[in-house]
Amino acid sequence: MASSQHLSAIKGSKVLMVGAGGIGCELLKTLALSGFQDIHIIDMDTIEVSNLNRQFLFRQSHVGQSKAKVARDAVLRFRPQISITSYHANVKDSDFNVDFFKQFSVVLNGLDNLDARRHVNRLCLAAAVPLVESGTTGFLGQVTVHIKGQTECYECQPKPAPKTYPVCTITSTPSKFVHCIVWAKELLFAKLFGDKNQDNDLNVRSNDAASSSNHPEDVFERREDEDIEQYAKRIYDHVFGHNIESALANEETWKNRNRPRPIYVKDVLSDEPLQQNGISDKIPPTDNLSTVSAMAYLGLKNPQDIWSLKENSRVFFAALKLFFSKRQKEIGNLSFDKDDHLAVEIVTAAANIRAASFGIPLHSLFEAKGIAGNIVHAVATTNAIIAGLIVVEAIKVLQNDTKNCRMTYCLQHPSRKMLLMPVEPFEPNKSCYVCSETPLSLEVNTQRAKLRDVVEKIVKSKLGMNLPLITHGSGLLYEVGDDLEPDEVANYEANLEKVLSELPYAITGGSIITVEDLRQELVCKINIKHREEFDEEKEPDGMVLHGWTPSAAPAVENDNDAATNNGASTSSTSKSLPDDMEEDDELIIVETGIETIPAGKKRKLSDISNSETTDEKRAKKIPEQLEDDADVVVMLDDGNENGNNDIS
Amino acid sequence: MNGEELTEQETALYDRQIRVWGVDAQRRLSKSHVFVSGLKGTAVEFCKNIVLAGVGSLTLNDDNPVTEDALAANFLIPLDEKMGGGGSLAELCCDSLKDFNPMVHVSVEKGDLSSFDVSFFEKFDVVVISCCSLAAKKSVNEKCRKLSKRVAFYTVDCRDSCGEIFVDLQKYSYAQKKADETVECQLQYPSFEEAIAIPWRSLPKKLAKLYYAMRVVERFEDVEKRKPGETSIEDLPSVLKLRNELCLAHSLNESQVPDSLLERLVVSTREFPPVSAILGGILGQEVIKAISGKGDPLKNFFFFDSVDGKGVIEDISTF
Ligand SMILES: [Zn+2]
Repeated sequence: MASSQHLSAIKGSKVLMVGAGGIGCELLKTLALSGFQDIHIIDMDTIEVSNLNRQFLFRQSHVGQSKAKVARDAVLRFRPQISITSYHANVKDSDFNVDFFKQFSVVLNGLDNLDARRHVNRLCLAAAVPLVESGTTGFLGQVTVHIKGQTECYECQPKPAPKTYPVCTITSTPSKFVHCIVWAKELLFAKLFGDKNQDNDLNVRSNDAASSSNHPEDVFERREDEDIEQYAKRIYDHVFGHNIESALANEETWKNRNRPRPIYVKDVLSDEPLQQNGISDKIPPTDNLSTVSAMAYLGLKNPQDIWSLKENSRVFFAALKLFFSKRQKEIGNLSFDKDDHLAVEIVTAAANIRAASFGIPLHSLFEAKGIAGNIVHAVATTNAIIAGLIVVEAIKVLQNDTKNCRMTYCLQHPSRKMLLMPVEPFEPNKSCYVCSETPLSLEVNTQRAKLRDVVEKIVKSKLGMNLPLITHGSGLLYEVGDDLEPDEVANYEANLEKVLSELPYAITGGSIITVEDLRQELVCKINIKHREEFDEEKEPDGMVLHGWTPSAAPAVENDNDAATNNGASTSSTSKSLPDDMEEDDELIIVETGIETIPAGKKRKLSDISNSETTDEKRAKKIPEQLEDDADVVVMLDDGNENGNNDIS
Repeated sequence: MNGEELTEQETALYDRQIRVWGVDAQRRLSKSHVFVSGLKGTAVEFCKNIVLAGVGSLTLNDDNPVTEDALAANFLIPLDEKMGGGGSLAELCCDSLKDFNPMVHVSVEKGDLSSFDVSFFEKFDVVVISCCSLAAKKSVNEKCRKLSKRVAFYTVDCRDSCGEIFVDLQKYSYAQKKADETVECQLQYPSFEEAIAIPWRSLPKKLAKLYYAMRVVERFEDVEKRKPGETSIEDLPSVLKLRNELCLAHSLNESQVPDSLLERLVVSTREFPPVSAILGGILGQEVIKAISGKGDPLKNFFFFDSVDGKGVIEDISTF
């Protein structure tokens, strides 16, 4: 195998690596050792402490620096004679266009998010450059090979959908800790510190007599001359007390559920007047805002400890005050970031207080951070194995040995005795809208839906286009870009607000529109079909796209809650609420590209051993095993995407 | 679960892996002592993995000077140190590994592997030897077994794009997680000597061919008094002859040990870096499992060949 012809294939090649993280570090090292001479590497991330346990090219002293650059320097120390070019940039930047991709013999992905993966897939197709794609989660991993026209592209198979939760489960009837986390992070945190204009399902109306006025008031508005403590107390009582009280008023909701308990400040911190928590003046001045910590202030040390309701309440107050006293400037445009310690503290505390209301077991900051941050669970060994497999496949690609290319699964439990299981790649999916020219079709109410709805809900979120251009016949309806004239921009903005059938080039049933993304060189035709009504529950977009490969598994959580809440059905089996700990096993992680072997579609094993039946049984289990840890993202099902911005 | 908590620094550094295997396992890791002898590419990959994982200490043994060949698959030795100095392979690797994780105590033990006595191994929880002779594998394994405490023993070898891992955990019990319940499991491992003494004809028909091929080459090097990996194309006829003899003695069809496979092992004795990475990763995972007591451990051989891409576990034991 390590023959001279394969060495010459390696030496003459020029490879592009996308991602210098967990897989990337291992990959760059293995490429250099294997004799690769010309390696380019793109990564927009900088190094963090929690990377150091597996991204072995990085040291404590590198924290804050570009991953791509530090990785390059580290590898050049033991292989100074080779050429490594690093780019501290987003692979979606316009610099990395089709011509850029064309210079490479093969592209190797070590990415951590779907969006960038889809983008690279499209550019590889446009540039006709083979792609070796990879992903890991814990002990699981996979490597796949995508060659235009010969194997399936990255998007030929449905990708696991982000996990979603019905809004009312989050706002009214949480039954698991994750629901409380989603509430604390997506609703409360966003309301307190995020963009005030963003839609938020949190109840902000107060019936509180003290604040009564003729106009419904947003309790989150801090009143003039109100000090932080009064404000914090009011918020606490509102979200943990008043809102629970209002929810309890709806008797129907609680017929089959345990009734939550409203929690007010006076019940929890009665023995310590809040004033004594007046901490803003006790905090030593610091330049480094990232070290502001409620735990440090309160003397709580171990993030693995589970705090009592009282401790959580104190953390909540301390963190809220720290935000208002030390980080005032950021308020209004903060979004949750798992590396923002203070943000993790307040979300943990708020989620726990809510959990206490609903009789859900409380969790430590460490656990809460994992859930809230959609943290990818990663280990160095899996990354090393996957990087080795990527290089094995890359060498086959470079030797044009396509018929021997394999997609390989790295398993946690052996299947047919195999821990590393090679599988023959699939042929391209003929109805894939990315690598074939099959038109899509869209059912939509053309007299009600606006162009904006189509752009946001379909073109961007489903088709993954970043810079879409939409035409109907000869008419240009929408375009984005830096080189547009102001009047063009105004014109397109106006179009966005128009109903489809009222556009300058009216879109009606039977119309065929073209959407394209010039940067991705992807063009799709969409046949429009007019439809009057849509089911709000099942078709929340108000439109349905056909021909697009939807999510692998319907990831919407049991929505009995929703049904009961609407009084539409009481079919829900009685809930096992409080001590249901299974949530602990349900990892909430951002997609890492771990693909499930699609059920019902049998991949041909390279070696079909029709031996013992036990082996057969085990082989069938693979999909389940992989699905257990499959890609999930916490998301509210009203389409507010979140979290997934770990773009490398 | 004894009291000692991880430090704040440890929690931050090991955050992601604690989320995979838990605080308890991390605590056990940080108290474990690992010995590695034979520092070619695969062993170096393994060392990197367990240093990153956060074992308590790692002791390196390899007195060989740094040669061009040794450098080929080694990413631990920066160029400026390659030429001058003249430290041993273990010494140079030690410096780099320390740098990977300041919380792991990395040190060098000089001396020939065969010179270490039974009591020497008592200091360790895990012993890994790589690129060793048949005699060394047997003897170190036996020494580990003589101790009253259990020392997990591993061998790892990579030739061309093939690799083998052998595991001896002696009597090993662990908690196996099944859906809802945890079952106490006990495994009984044979020693290396016991495993390879099992007659080939009594082994499963579909056994990885690499197992036989490795035994033939290992035997050849032993008989001819070669150092591990000291073979070339000239040796192929003698190796094939030995294969025939062994197959005859074991009543195994020669086709189970293909010429082409033996040729690869004999001719291209250099480690193929991607395969080293894969073996070092699998071995790292196994050692972490054995130390932490979490997860089903491998019993008792693992084979990988990049030609078919399969990574296969074989249970070769009489139990
Ligand atoms: Zn496709």
